[in-house]
Amino acid sequence: MKKLLSGNEAIARGAYESGVSVCAGYPGTPSTEILETIANEYPDIYAEWAPNEKVAFEVCIGASLAGGRALVTMKHVGLNVASDPLFTLAYTGVKGGFVVISADDPGMHSSQNEQDNRNYAPFAKVPLLEPSDSQEAKDFVKSAFYISEQFDVPVIVRTTTRISHSESLVELGEVDNVEEPSGFVRDVRKYVMIPAHARQRHVVVEERLKKLQAFSEETDLQKVEFGDDEIGIITSGISYQYTKEILPNASILKLGMTYPLPEGLIRDFASKVKELYVIEELDPYLEEHIKAMGIKVKGLNRRLGELSPDILAEFFLNKKFDNILPEMQIPSRPPAMCPGCPHRGVFHILKKKKLTVTGDIGCYTLSVIPPLEIMDTCICMGASIGSAMGIEKATKRSDNVVAVIGDSTFVHSGITGLVDMVYNKSKGTVIILDNETTAMTGRQDHPATGRTLMGEETTRLNLFELAKTLGVEYVRYVDPYDLNELDSVIEEAINLDKLAVIITNRPCVLIRREAVPKSAEVNQELCVGCGLCLRIGCPAMSRVSPKDKKVKIDPILCNGCMVCAQICRNKAIVEKG
Amino acid sequence: MDKITNIIITGVGGQGILLASEIISESAVLAGYDVKRSEIHGMAQRGGSVNSHIRFGKKIYSPLVMKGECDLLLAFEKLEAIRMADFINKEGTIIVNDQQINPVPVSSGSAVYPENIEEILKKYFPSVIFVNAFELAKQAGNVRTANIALLGVASKKLNIPIDVWEKVIVERVPQRAIEVNLKAFHLGLQST
Repeated sequence: MKKLLSGNEAIARGAYESGVSVCAGYPGTPSTEILETIANEYPDIYAEWAPNEKVAFEVCIGASLAGGRALVTMKHVGLNVASDPLFTLAYTGVKGGFVVISADDPGMHSSQNEQDNRNYAPFAKVPLLEPSDSQEAKDFVKSAFYISEQFDVPVIVRTTTRISHSESLVELGEVDNVEEPSGFVRDVRKYVMIPAHARQRHVVVEERLKKLQAFSEETDLQKVEFGDDEIGIITSGISYQYTKEILPNASILKLGMTYPLPEGLIRDFASKVKELYVIEELDPYLEEHIKAMGIKVKGLNRRLGELSPDILAEFFLNKKFDNILPEMQIPSRPPAMCPGCPHRGVFHILKKKKLTVTGDIGCYTLSVIPPLEIMDTCICMGASIGSAMGIEKATKRSDNVVAVIGDSTFVHSGITGLVDMVYNKSKGTVIILDNETTAMTGRQDHPATGRTLMGEETTRLNLFELAKTLGVEYVRYVDPYDLNELDSVIEEAINLDKLAVIITNRPCVLIRREAVPKSAEVNQELCVGCGLCLRIGCPAMSRVSPKDKKVKIDPILCNGCMVCAQICRNKAIVEKG
Repeated sequence: MDKITNIIITGVGGQGILLASEIISESAVLAGYDVKRSEIHGMAQRGGSVNSHIRFGKKIYSPLVMKGECDLLLAFEKLEAIRMADFINKEGTIIVNDQQINPVPVSSGSAVYPENIEEILKKYFPSVIFVNAFELAKQAGNVRTANIALLGVASKKLNIPIDVWEKVIVERVPQRAIEVNLKAFHLGLQST
C-alpha cells in the first residue's frame, strides 16, 4: 500500500519496520515530527524527549549496548550538543543498530545557523546516508540499521528541511523480525574507553572505514542513471530531485551513501561523461572530495541558503526569471509572538529599563523583531546565562544586564550555566520565561511540564526549588501579565548585591486549556492615538485605519492578557463586558 | 494525466492552509497521480507568511514549484497573493480570498497595506478570481470552514473528480463538522 508521508513520518515508519526498541531526541525544527509520529502511531515503541540531544544520544547508546536497535533524532545544531558521545561511540561501536538522524536546515527557516552536518561523518569517521524523498527516508533508515550492525558502527542519516517537511508516496513494508534485546554483556576493551583500550579501538575504526569504503562501491544505495554523455552530474539528497527536474536527460551518479565516498564508482562515472558537475546544497562537500581525487569537476554550489529548481535553471538553462508585477512596496510579514503571549510584558519592561538582554533559543527570540527590538544576543541553547555572566565579569557591573531563557531551554543547557553563576559568585539576574512547554517547535513536553512524550504523567521538575538547591538565594515567581510586579521585581533583582533568578509563570496561550476569560477593547472616546500600546507588537492591535490613528483590537485574536491596558496612559483599553 | 499540475497555497499561519493543502494532496493521490508537497514549519508559522507547494502528475521530482510555472495560486489573504504572484504562469489562475490581515509592520504603523491589490492583480494576470470565503463559510453554517469553501472554488480548476474531494473531506475533518464542510465546499464550487 502506498501512502503520502512526510520525510519525518517516513523515518518513523522506517524505524518501526526495523523493529527499533528505543527512540530518543530533543525537539528541533525540522526533526521534531519523527518522535511525535513514533509516539502517536507506534505506541508500543519506547520513545522519549530527553532534556537535550546529548542525553538522548547516551540513552540510545545504552539501548544499543543492551542489544536493542536505537534511533536518536535532532536538528543539525543538536548534533553539536551530542557530538561528544558520537565521536567515541565510533570507537566503541554498537551492539543493536544505532542510527542518528541529523535534520539540517539550509536556508535557516527556523535555525540560528545553516551548518552542513555531512562534515560530521568524515570527522567522526562514521557512515553517512542521504535520502532524496520520503520513500528513501524510510528505506535508508532500514539500510542504516543494517550497516550499523554489519559494521559495528553508528550511522548518520542526514535529511534537510525539504526532505523532512516534504511529502511523497511511500510503499509501506512489513516489520523486520528482530530479536528482543539480549542484555548488556561486559566487554571492557570495547566499551571502556581508557587510553589503552581506545588506542586499540582507533585501529579498528580505521580498518572499518576501509571495509565501509568497499561497501560504498558495491551498495545499491548508489545509483547510476546513464543518459546523455555530454553532461554528467554527481549529486545527493534533495539536489537529486532538482537535477531530475531541470536536466532530465543528463547522466547522473546519485549518491545515497555519501561517506565513505565510492571513489572507484566516481572515477568510472567521470570517465564516461564529457563534462562533470557536482550539484549540492551548502558546503562543497562532494566537490572538494572529488577534486582531491584529481578529477576535473565544476560545482553548482552557492554555499549560502537552499538550492531550488530555479537556481539550477538559471545556471544550466540560462533561464531568466522576470518579475511580472511592477516594483511595489510589499510590507513584510515576519513571525510575531502570539496575542496574549506571556513573554511580551517581560520584554516591554526590559526595554523600558534599557537593559542589555542576553537571549536564547525559543519564541522569545522574536523579541528582536520590531517593534519590540529588545534582545542583544542569541547564540545557541543555554548561551544567555554564560554570556550575561561574561559581560558582568568583564565590565564589573551586574545592574545593566539580564539573561532571558525559556523553561525547556533552561533544562536543556541553562542549568550548568546557573551553577557557574553560583560557583563563581555572579551577582547577575536570570529570567526564566516558564510557559510550561517547548513552544517554538510546536508544544512538546519536557522535564518541567510533568508529562512524557508517551503521554504519561511524571515527576515534574520544580524550577524554583532547583534554583534554590543550586545555591541561588533570591528566587521569585512573577506573573508576567502584571507589569507593575514585573517592574518592581526586576528592579530589585538587578540592583541586588547577589545572584537573582526570576521565574515568570504563565502557560503558553497555545496550550492554555481554559476558555479565554476576557478580551480587551479600546474606548474610542479615550484613545488619543499616541500608539504607545502598538510598541509591544501585539498582532491583535492596529490603527483603526491609515487616516484614523486611534487603535482597535480584534476581538477574535485577543487573548485577554490586558498587558496593553496597563501600558495605556489614558486608560482607554478596558475589559470587554 | 502526463501534464504536471503546480499549485501554491499561501496565507497567514492559523488560516487552515495546512489542512487545505493536505486535502488537495490526498485527493490527488486518490485520483491516481504521483504527488509531492512541501511546506515550512517552525518559526515561519508564528503569524508569518505560510506557503505550501503541491505538485501532481504522472511522475514528480522536485517538491518545489518553479517561478513562473504555478498553474493555480490559492491565496487565503490578499497581500500574500501579491507576494507570490511571480510564481504564476501565463495561463495560470489566481484565486484570492478577499480578506485583509494586517502584518505587524502595518498594524504598528511602520508600513502601509497596499490598497488596490485586486486592481493590480487583474491588470497583470488574465485569470484572477476574488472570493469572499468568509461569507461562503457563514452561509455554510460555520465561519471556520472558509478554507474548505476556497477548496471548492479551486476544485473547478483541477482535474480531480468531485466525489474524490468529498471522500477526502469526509476523512479529514472532525466527524461533527462533516456536513458543514461539505456544504462550504459546494458553495465554493458554485460560487463563480
